[in-house]
Amino acid sequence: MSGLTIARRQAVWAWIFLALPLAYFSLVRFWPALDAFSLSLSKWNLVGPRRYVGLANYERMAADPVFWQVLANTFEYLLLGLPVSLALSFLVAYHLDRVQTGHGLLRALYFLPHLTTATALAWVWRWFYQPAPVGLFNNWLSVFGIAQQPFLRSTFQALPAILVPAIWAALGFQIVIFLAGLKAIPRSYYEAAEIDGAGSPQILREITLPLLLPSFVFLLITTSIGLLRIFDLVYNMTAGGDGGPLNATKPLVLSIYQSAFARMDMGYASAQTVVLFVILLLLSLLQMRLLRARP
Amino acid sequence: MRRLYQGLTRAALALTLLAGAAVRAQAVEIEYWQYTFKQRVETIDELIKQFQKANPDITVKHVNVPYDNYRTRIAAAIPAGEGPDVVQLFYGWLTDYIDAKLLQPLPAASFDTAAIDRDFFPFVQGMKVGGQYYALPTAVRSLALFWNRKVFKDAGLDPAKPPTTLAELVDIARKTTKRDAAGNLLTAGIALDTAGQDVQWIRQVLIPEFGGTPYSADGKKVTYNTPSGVAAVQWYADLIAKEKVSELGFLTDGVTAFRSGRAAMTIDGSFRLGAFDGQKGLDYGVTELPSHDGRQSNFASYWANGITAKAKGEKLAAAAKFLAFITTPAAMQLWMEKVGELPARVALAQTDAVKTHPTYGAFVRGLAYSVATDFVDESSQRKVMMDMMDRIIIKQTPVAEAVGIAAKEEQVILDTRK
Amino acid sequence: MKPLRPGRIVAFTLLLMGGIVMIMPLLFMLATSLKTSSEVYELHLLPREPTLDNYLEILTRSPFGRWFLVSFSVASLTTASVLFFDSLIGYTLAKFRFRGRTFVFIAIMSTLMIPTEMLVIPWYVMAKSLGWLDTLWGVMFPGMMSGFGVFLMRQFFLGVPDELLDAARMDGLNEFQIFWQVALPLVTPALSALAIFAFLGNWTAFLWPLIVTSSPSLYTVPVGLASLSGEFQTDWEMIMTGSSIATIPTLLVFILLQRNIISGIMLTGLKG
Repeated sequence: MSGLTIARRQAVWAWIFLALPLAYFSLVRFWPALDAFSLSLSKWNLVGPRRYVGLANYERMAADPVFWQVLANTFEYLLLGLPVSLALSFLVAYHLDRVQTGHGLLRALYFLPHLTTATALAWVWRWFYQPAPVGLFNNWLSVFGIAQQPFLRSTFQALPAILVPAIWAALGFQIVIFLAGLKAIPRSYYEAAEIDGAGSPQILREITLPLLLPSFVFLLITTSIGLLRIFDLVYNMTAGGDGGPLNATKPLVLSIYQSAFARMDMGYASAQTVVLFVILLLLSLLQMRLLRARP
Repeated sequence: MRRLYQGLTRAALALTLLAGAAVRAQAVEIEYWQYTFKQRVETIDELIKQFQKANPDITVKHVNVPYDNYRTRIAAAIPAGEGPDVVQLFYGWLTDYIDAKLLQPLPAASFDTAAIDRDFFPFVQGMKVGGQYYALPTAVRSLALFWNRKVFKDAGLDPAKPPTTLAELVDIARKTTKRDAAGNLLTAGIALDTAGQDVQWIRQVLIPEFGGTPYSADGKKVTYNTPSGVAAVQWYADLIAKEKVSELGFLTDGVTAFRSGRAAMTIDGSFRLGAFDGQKGLDYGVTELPSHDGRQSNFASYWANGITAKAKGEKLAAAAKFLAFITTPAAMQLWMEKVGELPARVALAQTDAVKTHPTYGAFVRGLAYSVATDFVDESSQRKVMMDMMDRIIIKQTPVAEAVGIAAKEEQVILDTRK
Repeated sequence: MKPLRPGRIVAFTLLLMGGIVMIMPLLFMLATSLKTSSEVYELHLLPREPTLDNYLEILTRSPFGRWFLVSFSVASLTTASVLFFDSLIGYTLAKFRFRGRTFVFIAIMSTLMIPTEMLVIPWYVMAKSLGWLDTLWGVMFPGMMSGFGVFLMRQFFLGVPDELLDAARMDGLNEFQIFWQVALPLVTPALSALAIFAFLGNWTAFLWPLIVTSSPSLYTVPVGLASLSGEFQTDWEMIMTGSSIATIPTLLVFILLQRNIISGIMLTGLKG
């Protein structure tokens, strides 16, 4: 009897605590989002009337070669950026974890770029990619007698060239997460393994990596979301903020931005946002599965 | 959701009306929007001060928005019934704005169509739709060739003699281009940048000078996919591929290349004067665009002031009054002195003092034979040209083929016009 | 002390070199901000005649101090709100049993997947109807609570033992007091991590502050920086200077609080 009252009391308190937040989330997140969904089924240039057009925006998207290229670019950012940045940050974290002298200083050096805004640093990277004698990278290449590279002026190299600062800026955060994971592994595990005569590679394979799985999963998801929503760097590193040359670097969010705010094509922009939403949703479902599979 | 907003808006409106009744006798407030640019902001502030002095019953609120985000801000403001009563818009956007029923025609009572036809530069008639003007500029701009005297001197050329023809331009560019032993570009003969003004230069200047026409007279058809159009594009592409006097993306953009003294020449508009003047150690001159085969052309552009559909009643009257005020000869004179853009009224621009002015002169003389492209979608049409050059330079697509692709792409954009 | 093995020295040297490469772009930014306008376009890192002219110019040409104050107020106020509400929601979802709990949790989590770009126009329409345009509150309201914070705080509150809360109930504390006096102090590390994320996120936010403000006196630092570039024109030395000014405080805070910040983020990684 008294248990029931406690349960009831709890429910009342819970809803009191949640009342304001739920009102907030409904008004500031859900209604606008639903509005965007309904917008994806309309034609609207922001000023005239909104006209319902059914799936016309989606049909147009499917028939637009630029949209498919944009989608391919978006996944290229993800599929190139994810393994490289995770491998790199793990490598640094793994060795940094074993360094005692100057540990704090080194960690700070790797973390600092994470605190800056992409916009400002995009310019610096643009300069680095210039042809020699101005561009830093091409200068290095010429020192080693390697041919000059076009970097941002190439349809093939531009996307990876933009990915480098993206990885650079996120690296510090990833390293810190890995360091946390590494620190959480009890020393005794290593000591036991050493007594058993296991070598470094074996310890890495059989103890470190499996126990680091949660950190990997966490970074996998956060990094993927970050890469799928890449925008600032592309906008600031390509001529005219256009995602060129020849759309070679244009990601989905830039395409949404251009449809909405350069061409005022809100319906088409919303339809692309829905696609982005679906991709992110699928990714989250994948995350849930991975988390459930975790030992 | 929208119903809720409408309800709320109505409630807010009712409150405003109640409050408004009390202060009815006081000033009408109108809002004026333009993009942030130091000299423009200061000049409009000055004009507002004068205007309010003459019209104590009107106050003008001046809002300026960073250039890169100007359209975004307007786009967000309008559906909310918010934003300017008088708005400064790029002339190429007019179609969008009228299609969207954002602008209303300038009241015939205060703006005489025949007088505007007569007094303003002919290309301003682009603001006339169905016999009615929708917007008027204070100032207009054209393109010119900027040259760096010091680079000319260093190359052993006469710093007082810029090129007057395309052939001379190539010749000077060859002589002023400097490369290091490894062949890296140190100084460009001419700074080229398709994300800058080169798109307009190719489309409205080079193509006509090579004997072509970019668009049909009614603006509905792309007409540059012809041997002369191809020849014009070929000439531009040759500057990079054959003459090797420039590279696209050299020093990130054309302005930076010229500003830093690493380019002998560049094509740009009068709005650039401010940036170059602020650069220490940059000694430059401005001259008319070079001609070819005796033909000369130029591209004019302008920002025009329109009255938005939201202005009604006394606000509309106040907006019309303000718009008329900022397009008076006196306002134009002030604008030229402060901002460096040319008066939109022919009589003011074509005085000897202006025509022989060391910097404005070249632009004003160019205005006389300028054309303003009748854009359907300026940013998409610019992108077609940028992509065309990228195809030629990066993908080594033959020029004729690249021009064909561009013409087809741009025709699709033109066809979207109702 | 263990003797230094050559492997360790090699690893240390490589790590140090990597670290220097990491901060090269930052040094480049700082160096550029100290260069004269004629020197900006030369690649050597160190300015030949270092000058603070760019800083003086930015401070006289624009109300940078004011923008700074706005950014700081917006970031601190939203951070405070996020900390309070997200922990309250997280606590409720972790520690109360009631019908609809899972639904509420999933609903709030799903907001994580909605890109901001999608919400900006409806927000604007809303801000307009409610008279929030061009106000500090208008800049702040979309960031008052965050799904990520709820998720993070819920994870941490799950680890708080129920017995502790029950004991507090026995002592006659009401539910809010239990949350505020008993549960919250147990998750301070999580709060500090969340504070960092919320603060940085609001400090660098661009698109929404840009759209909602129209008076320069209400610009945040990123919007103010953007207003320094004009039509087809960018004063790069000014942008580098502005960015340096914007970055220096975060760097200082980081250096001062390095230990707390890093350990906060470490915790996030472990609990996430």
